[in-house]
Amino acid sequence: MADGKRYSILIVDDEQIVRESLTKWFLQDGYRVEAAENANDALKKMDKGPWDVVILDIKMPGMSGMELLKRLREIDRTSQVIMATAFASVETAVQALKDGAFDYVTKPIDPDHLSHLVTNAIQQRALEEQNTSLRQQINEITAANEIVGDSPQIKRVIDLSLTVAQTDTTVMIRGESGTGKELIARTIHANSERRYFPVITVNCGAVAETLLESELFGHERGAFTGAQYRRKGKFEMADGGTIFLDEIGTVSPKMQVELLRVIETKQFTRVGGNEQITSDFRVICATNRNLEAAIKDGSFREDLYYRLNVFSISIPPLRERRMDIPLLAHFFVKKYAAAMNKAVKEVSSDAMDLLVRYDWPGNVRELENVVERAMVLADPPSIRPADLPFQNVTKREGPKDDTLAAVERQHIETVLGLTHWNITRSAEILDIDRVTLYNKIAKYGLKKP
Amino acid sequence: MVPIRIVPLAPVNEELVRTVAGPVGSVFRTEVTVEPPLRSAMDRTYDISRGQYNSTDLIRMLLERYPAGPEKVLGVAGADLFVPVLTYVFGEAQLDGTAAVMSVYRLDDVLYGLEADPVKLFERTLKECVHELGHTFGLLHCRDYDCAMHASTTVDDIDLKGAGLCPSCLRQIGMQP
Repeated sequence: MADGKRYSILIVDDEQIVRESLTKWFLQDGYRVEAAENANDALKKMDKGPWDVVILDIKMPGMSGMELLKRLREIDRTSQVIMATAFASVETAVQALKDGAFDYVTKPIDPDHLSHLVTNAIQQRALEEQNTSLRQQINEITAANEIVGDSPQIKRVIDLSLTVAQTDTTVMIRGESGTGKELIARTIHANSERRYFPVITVNCGAVAETLLESELFGHERGAFTGAQYRRKGKFEMADGGTIFLDEIGTVSPKMQVELLRVIETKQFTRVGGNEQITSDFRVICATNRNLEAAIKDGSFREDLYYRLNVFSISIPPLRERRMDIPLLAHFFVKKYAAAMNKAVKEVSSDAMDLLVRYDWPGNVRELENVVERAMVLADPPSIRPADLPFQNVTKREGPKDDTLAAVERQHIETVLGLTHWNITRSAEILDIDRVTLYNKIAKYGLKKP
Repeated sequence: MVPIRIVPLAPVNEELVRTVAGPVGSVFRTEVTVEPPLRSAMDRTYDISRGQYNSTDLIRMLLERYPAGPEKVLGVAGADLFVPVLTYVFGEAQLDGTAAVMSVYRLDDVLYGLEADPVKLFERTLKECVHELGHTFGLLHCRDYDCAMHASTTVDDIDLKGAGLCPSCLRQIGMQP
């Protein structure tokens, strides 16, 4: 009773004198106590629970204590059951513990032992409850951000993610920039058995080649100039959890060899060290590169490709699932309305029409940025076409060929269309000066419609 | 505060019983009388298979002799007491009732192979008398380590606590700390 909470005890024994003695004993200790004379009575009294501790006689007429133990554990697994018997045997004690009893005592019971036993049982229950509560909190904290979308394409991606989450398979996520590859990786981790351990993200494209080895494997003190302390690498930090290797297609051939070895053996040494480190991690990687083409041109190792591409998930670009755009737009409006404390609640139908018709080369990330910007400009309660960076969207046609000039011409034409040929505004969007834009308009022979 | 009757349950060290009566009265700020020793009670509660005396039966007998009235009745035994499910008890009481019993048997260091210590025996006896009477006044076990109502299942536990009641327990029985 150290924490002042009133704990409860259910006593199940067919002998009246035992029920009365124990009831009196525990009442004086401040517990809430009830007694049951047989299994049926005990099962009825489970409704009055939850009981912190159940003291259960093994030998009773009708359903035995051992049988009742199983039933009680089915009803409430958190109650701690102490089995009591006048006829002790090693077999029944072992069986009771196997069936989930907290402990086993022989009658008559030493009062000092009984007192400690009940205290320990209550502490055990408190720890189990705390454990459940903490796991719940971790689930809430680690739960990946919501994947928004109702299109068959995104539903398929979610289904695949949840299916593969239950396994320890290596996953490769493919998709254009801004489609949400990291979100899918986090969803897989958050729904896997590894969710109570970290998910470590490494953006392979953002780390300089010379630093990537140290970043991934860690380093010992003095391993190189500036290595003043021993540092754990990402693979070591991901022990028990998941390592997410983003932009895997940018890794150098030398590092590809190292990665292949580590992913296969789960063992490595820190830079400048000799100690063999073992780490239990799951690999999820992502790329927007065409790795098959990279294998053909020799810039990506085929063996690493097959090691990583065990289960592949392709996220469709936003333009291929336009029906999700209104859902996503509303989601972001709600998000930024709360963040900005602004009473913007919706996107007007005209503005939504523009959003749906736009091709979103930057995918969901671009949509989020556009909505955030519009939220700043919008007069509550809705976002209107004037709040968007484009007011006149014509469906974008792909360039006739893949040359840089063709892509540039196409892009300039699109931006000019969006701004109604406002040269100053277009130059701002393209991040070039107006003279350069005029020169390019002349070069490509673009004409105002 | 209601008066208290202490009944020596012979065979018991009657002088020890008389000695604790005064301090018990001081703790509960009430009149304490020591009754003549009750000689027949113990035999009728003896359990031959355990070689101990049934404390629940002793309480029943005390209630037969001293029917529920305004007084609290405490039987003090010299022999070892038990309730059927436990190996022994230092005492037993009716919670918020009339009667209680306690035993000095396990409070004597001689039982543990040590030299007799009359002072310690007196202190332990006083603490357990206060403890069991406290239950008859409706007090539960107390979290205060220094309070006589703190639960004790060994003599070491008894030695650690005090003979008086903590302010919280005093207030619960309507006394100013």
